[in-house]
Amino acid sequence: MADDNSKTNLPPLSLHVPEPKYRPGDKVDYSDVAIPNAGEQPRPDVSSEPAIMRDMVYDMVRVLDDDYKAVGPWDPKLSDDTLLKMLKTMAQVRAFDDRLHRMQRQGKTSFYMKCTGEEATSVAAAMALHSDDMCFPSYRQQGILFVRGYPMVDMINQIFSNREDKLKGRQLPIMYCSRDLGFFSISGNLATQYPQAVGWAMASAAKGDTRIAATWCGEGSTAEGDFHSAMTFATVYNAPIIMNIVNNQWAISSFSGFAGGERTTFAARAAGYGIAGLRVDGNDPLAVYAATQWAAERARTNNGPTLIEHFTYRAEAHSTSDDPGAYRSAQEREEWPLGDPITRLKRHLIHRGVWSKEQHEALDKECIEAVKVATKEAEKNGILGHGLHQPFETMFQDVFEEMPWHLKEQSEQANKEREIKWPNTEASQ
Amino acid sequence: MTTMNMIDSINSGLDNMMTRDENVVIMGEDVGYFGGVFRATAGLQEKHGKTRCFDTPISECGIIGVAVGMAAYGMRPVPEIQFADYIYPGLDQLVSEAARLRYRSAAEFTSAITVRSPFGGGIFGGQTHSQSPESMFTHVCGLKTVIPSTPYDAKGLLISAIEDNDPVMFFEPKRIYNGPFTGYYDKPVEPWSKFEASEVPEDYYKIPIGKANIVREGDAVTVLAYGTMVHVAKAVVEEHCVDAEVIDLRTLVPLDIETIEASVKKTGRCLIIHEATRTSGFGAELSALVQERCFYHLEAPIERVTGFDTPYPHSLEWAYFPGPVRIGEALDKIVGELTS
Repeated sequence: MADDNSKTNLPPLSLHVPEPKYRPGDKVDYSDVAIPNAGEQPRPDVSSEPAIMRDMVYDMVRVLDDDYKAVGPWDPKLSDDTLLKMLKTMAQVRAFDDRLHRMQRQGKTSFYMKCTGEEATSVAAAMALHSDDMCFPSYRQQGILFVRGYPMVDMINQIFSNREDKLKGRQLPIMYCSRDLGFFSISGNLATQYPQAVGWAMASAAKGDTRIAATWCGEGSTAEGDFHSAMTFATVYNAPIIMNIVNNQWAISSFSGFAGGERTTFAARAAGYGIAGLRVDGNDPLAVYAATQWAAERARTNNGPTLIEHFTYRAEAHSTSDDPGAYRSAQEREEWPLGDPITRLKRHLIHRGVWSKEQHEALDKECIEAVKVATKEAEKNGILGHGLHQPFETMFQDVFEEMPWHLKEQSEQANKEREIKWPNTEASQ
Repeated sequence: MTTMNMIDSINSGLDNMMTRDENVVIMGEDVGYFGGVFRATAGLQEKHGKTRCFDTPISECGIIGVAVGMAAYGMRPVPEIQFADYIYPGLDQLVSEAARLRYRSAAEFTSAITVRSPFGGGIFGGQTHSQSPESMFTHVCGLKTVIPSTPYDAKGLLISAIEDNDPVMFFEPKRIYNGPFTGYYDKPVEPWSKFEASEVPEDYYKIPIGKANIVREGDAVTVLAYGTMVHVAKAVVEEHCVDAEVIDLRTLVPLDIETIEASVKKTGRCLIIHEATRTSGFGAELSALVQERCFYHLEAPIERVTGFDTPYPHSLEWAYFPGPVRIGEALDKIVGELTS
């Protein structure tokens, strides 16, 4: 037996509970965050075996260098027009977030979630996909809808749960859905969209379709069983899918160490499954585009799934129900060593000579104006808490395709109660 | 028309649907080459191909989640969960995702999946191969729950479930896969081939979801049951010479309330039987509904005969099983003077 030796000199066992390096009031030191030089990462052929790419899950694909030049084999060599579209879309997303966040603060809706600082992980990624590829987003990928041309008014109608809300006031604000634009319904339960996305991709492959699927989750959600089930199915069936992990360092107030981030990278999860894995500078829109383009081509040519970790930073609160000042250093955001994705792309375009500070200032104003106009338009359809925007029958519709007797009875009851509870209102106002 | 046991009829229903609709796919542990541990999918991979009927990793969360994604694409997946006891790792995908997808997307996306799973005890399966978890699913808004009790019904209901555009939980009472069980564990089970319900058309036919079946007409008491317990109930009332009306619910959600209400108003008495544990079991819902709708017609308190509120014990499973003694006592309590 192994217990023959005396144990008297052994220290007692101790439990490790991870703790982030910096708390409110601490001075941040990012010197231990390894940031490789842009352009130095190899770009394997899309048909490469995952085994020869293992180093890439610990490295970081970067295209924009310190002088905002695009360098190295991952430079997607995009046209000025494409890059300008990317910049404008990201700026519009940020302006949208800022205004709708304020709308929540003004009591016009219950909840909001910004993606500030993470715009590249959805905008650049969506631009590298085909418009009919299917996206299974989490809750911080509003950028996909902007890329695909979803009207801001429709997004705001959803946020206000008003009478023009296509989801009939049933979903939390920002939990959009658009079948036409290949944007799957968002769940508040984390990582559930991962196996669903793999299933969609498997179906597409089984049908001999050409479309692929892409899905997103935060680094915190990689701890969910769904993530690991999805990885297993993806590798087993060689599903044509891109699985994105947006590592924004924080899952509400828990730092990435609680999802296993102290021990290894999140991209390294891929290696254990035999899946191609890339770790990408998530604040470098060109790197995000290039990695997505690579993974999409890999999926489209039957070379299988790719896991991409986007190393980024959640610059704002988790949601309007969160106060990051209570758990992390205020400096973290200011000193994030990979900068801000919009600023970096802006400077790259200025460096290319196709953009200017003045043009950018004008763009910001245009974006603010556009969202202001859209908000006013949406407000005409009502805001949350002001009136009963949906007829009560809608509460009972779509539970099943056809309404069974018990829901019909309850629907009648709800309508009867309306006359007592709200005698002077029209259900549709 | 040919003679089939319940496994054969389920296999035939799957085969029919795979032939009719190329979007029907079968997935689950061991369902492909091997044909499933109960052989319900035997021969389907060989006939319809590996991409139509395939094995999966041992991951119920993955099986259900992937099925939801395939349904979102436009397929009609029929995932098998090998035993209903194993469904819990897939519960979130059923409860939070499949069940609500139509609602939360305002019908832009639906999850037309049919989750097949053998359930119930009486096969010495111990606590991990014997449970009856149906009421966990009847409590979830957006799921339908279907439980057949004969080979004929199994095929007709399964075809309806696969064609249904909502997610359906299809629980198969495994104790009666090979023959109806009368509740006497020490008597040999007679094979389905000796019963009329084993006459199953080889072709497509449907039994509507949401319609109960009056398997025995009577005036003294209404007995509500489903799955294995339909046969146990029928045998016990016949043994006790009770003029009972035995109703096989077939579908728990949506429930055929009209048939139940009409019957209880006629008989004035109601006995509810299920194998699942008692507390918060589906019998509680049935009891409440009958009380709400038939109170002034009732001539005796509603009785429930159920499994006990314990995990399914391996060695004492026949003590756990709500068999003839427990049902007989309940009948005596309700219609006492009629049985003496």
